[in-house]
Amino acid sequence: MAAALLTAACGDKAQQKDGDQVVLIGQASPLTGPQAHLGKDNENGARMALDEINAAGLTLGGRKVVLEMRSEDDAADPKTATTVAQKLVDEGVVGVIGHLNSGATIPASRIYSSNGIPQISPSATAVAYTAAGYKTAFRVMTNDAQQGSVLGNYAVTRLGAKKIAIIDDRTAYGQGLADEVEKAVKAAGGDVVAREYTSDRSTDFMAILTSIKGKSPDLVFFGGMDPQAAPMIKQMKQLGMKAKFLGGDGAQTPTFIELAGASAEGALASNPGLPLDAMPGGTAFKARFEAKYGTIQNYAPYAYDAMHVLIAAMKRADSSDPAKYLAELPKTDYQGVTGHIRFDAKGDLTGGAVTLYQVKGGTWQPLETVQSGQ
Amino acid sequence: MDIFLQQLINGLVLGSVYALVALGYTMVYGILELINFAHGEITMMGAMVALAVIGALALAAPGLPGVLVLGAGLAVAIPVCVALGLLIERVAYRPLRHAPRLAPLITAIGVSIILQNIAMLIWGKQYIPFPAILPQARHTVYGASITNVQIAILLLATGIMLTLILVVRKTRLGRAMRATAQSRQVASLMGVDVNRVIAATFAIGSALAAVAGVMVSAYYGLAHYYMGFLLGLKAFSAAVLGGIGNLAGAMLGGLLLGLIESFGAGYIGDLTGGFLGSNYQDVFAFFVLITVLVFRPSGLLGVRGGERA
Repeated sequence: MAAALLTAACGDKAQQKDGDQVVLIGQASPLTGPQAHLGKDNENGARMALDEINAAGLTLGGRKVVLEMRSEDDAADPKTATTVAQKLVDEGVVGVIGHLNSGATIPASRIYSSNGIPQISPSATAVAYTAAGYKTAFRVMTNDAQQGSVLGNYAVTRLGAKKIAIIDDRTAYGQGLADEVEKAVKAAGGDVVAREYTSDRSTDFMAILTSIKGKSPDLVFFGGMDPQAAPMIKQMKQLGMKAKFLGGDGAQTPTFIELAGASAEGALASNPGLPLDAMPGGTAFKARFEAKYGTIQNYAPYAYDAMHVLIAAMKRADSSDPAKYLAELPKTDYQGVTGHIRFDAKGDLTGGAVTLYQVKGGTWQPLETVQSGQ
Repeated sequence: MDIFLQQLINGLVLGSVYALVALGYTMVYGILELINFAHGEITMMGAMVALAVIGALALAAPGLPGVLVLGAGLAVAIPVCVALGLLIERVAYRPLRHAPRLAPLITAIGVSIILQNIAMLIWGKQYIPFPAILPQARHTVYGASITNVQIAILLLATGIMLTLILVVRKTRLGRAMRATAQSRQVASLMGVDVNRVIAATFAIGSALAAVAGVMVSAYYGLAHYYMGFLLGLKAFSAAVLGGIGNLAGAMLGGLLLGLIESFGAGYIGDLTGGFLGSNYQDVFAFFVLITVLVFRPSGLLGVRGGERA
């Protein structure tokens, strides 16, 4: 019944333009505030894909279709995200690319799910997003669990660390990542010699590092953000610790190097996804994107692929009706700019890539890219 | 053994920073029975101003030796913090001196929020790196590491605390401070300029806060507009632990809190067989605080009517 009403509503909203059917696609990301540059980047990536599809011409159910994008600002705020999600649903979008942050994506996903609107996030990494079990939730980005398992495995098998100490900042992100690393280290035959904790406000880690030093680990993993990671690696050097430092994407930032100074040299950290140059279609995408919108900030290629994946599902279903093309999304098998996109049963990207970086000569240099689940 | 010694060094360095900040809380409380919640933010301002000066100097004269640059940062930060302390006392506390005790407490919290926001407007929300201007030499003593910066913090803090005790015990100003602490009315009847003494107390406390702020940011290598909050809270707890209003108490409380945190975080996991981890370090520290206060409500060295200043 709800689905029938919804279809009717969509039918009403889909206006006619020169005899063509207009189909609305939603996009949501922070377009104001400190992350506005990232939000705009997502919007541009999605728009570029949409313009290309329109230019190539799209026919669904025997009718010519013109796609239009409705872009909304969620301000990276969970509360605003739900308002914006409802607004998009009310406007009659048939699918959504977004949101950018996990914190905004998760509450919005409930609204899309209860209205049957498919959603593909280009950049949310929190496990909780797809763990809620919504049939409408997908992502084209490696999640934190995949990243954690790659990190733990990499530490043991590639960096040759036998004894590993793990620290986390007790946030949902830091703890989640550290737990996955711990599991992966044990699975790879490594030994977790210490599990210590701090907070996302601390700057003093001397006590826990001293305790860790007593267990002489080969590697210290930290699940948390750069304001903690930077003083931590400094204090490791102060204590004369020889252990390698490994972090997640919270530490793989220019700020980390700025704050840690010379101590940052040699530090390792990961980031989900591929560096742009290493993406299958990276160089070509970069040229086309930058001619139109300027420098790529971060997730534009993912937003671009997400839009293509969404429309490809519509083509296979030969319909823009969410109730019909949603069934096609899990069957996605798409070669995109960012790599080969397929979804698992939860809507997560299968074999998502994780790239490891090391600080060399004061900048992050990519070391290698690992596919998760291998 | 080397781990024990290392934790001792960690605790003493952390504790001497707490002690310096705690002195500011305890001196003001001793004289006015006012908890100056803006004190933590003055520490932050000290760090921020010093960083701004150091940054400007690094651009203007890149060849200067690090100690000199740091000294210049301190030389600007101390007067700025003293002026700030005096201004806060004049604007936010003095007009309320005869108001109910809750009123200046509220203005104190207000001033603290204002200072945080001013710092955020001037220096932004991001973490600011402290340039590596000091040589990071590391010495090994019986298997434990100690850096130049740590040695400097220990020596400087000890020197400042001894000087302060001498000032309070031996000088005219110190005598006036002790008299004012015992009774403001009687002291003013004896010809003590109470307003001047209170202003001097704020000035000394703010200067100590400036030094502590620079120490903290040089030690951890960063500064942030919010850094004063947690530091202020810890230092206030240290002052209460030692007996608020008591100078020696603030020093003892600061050192103890530093040691408790250090040993707590370092040994709690091993002692409880992994049942409690280092995430309980603050719980452990405050558990000790509560236990002390249950048995000695006025703190370790707090005696009513004793030496307060």
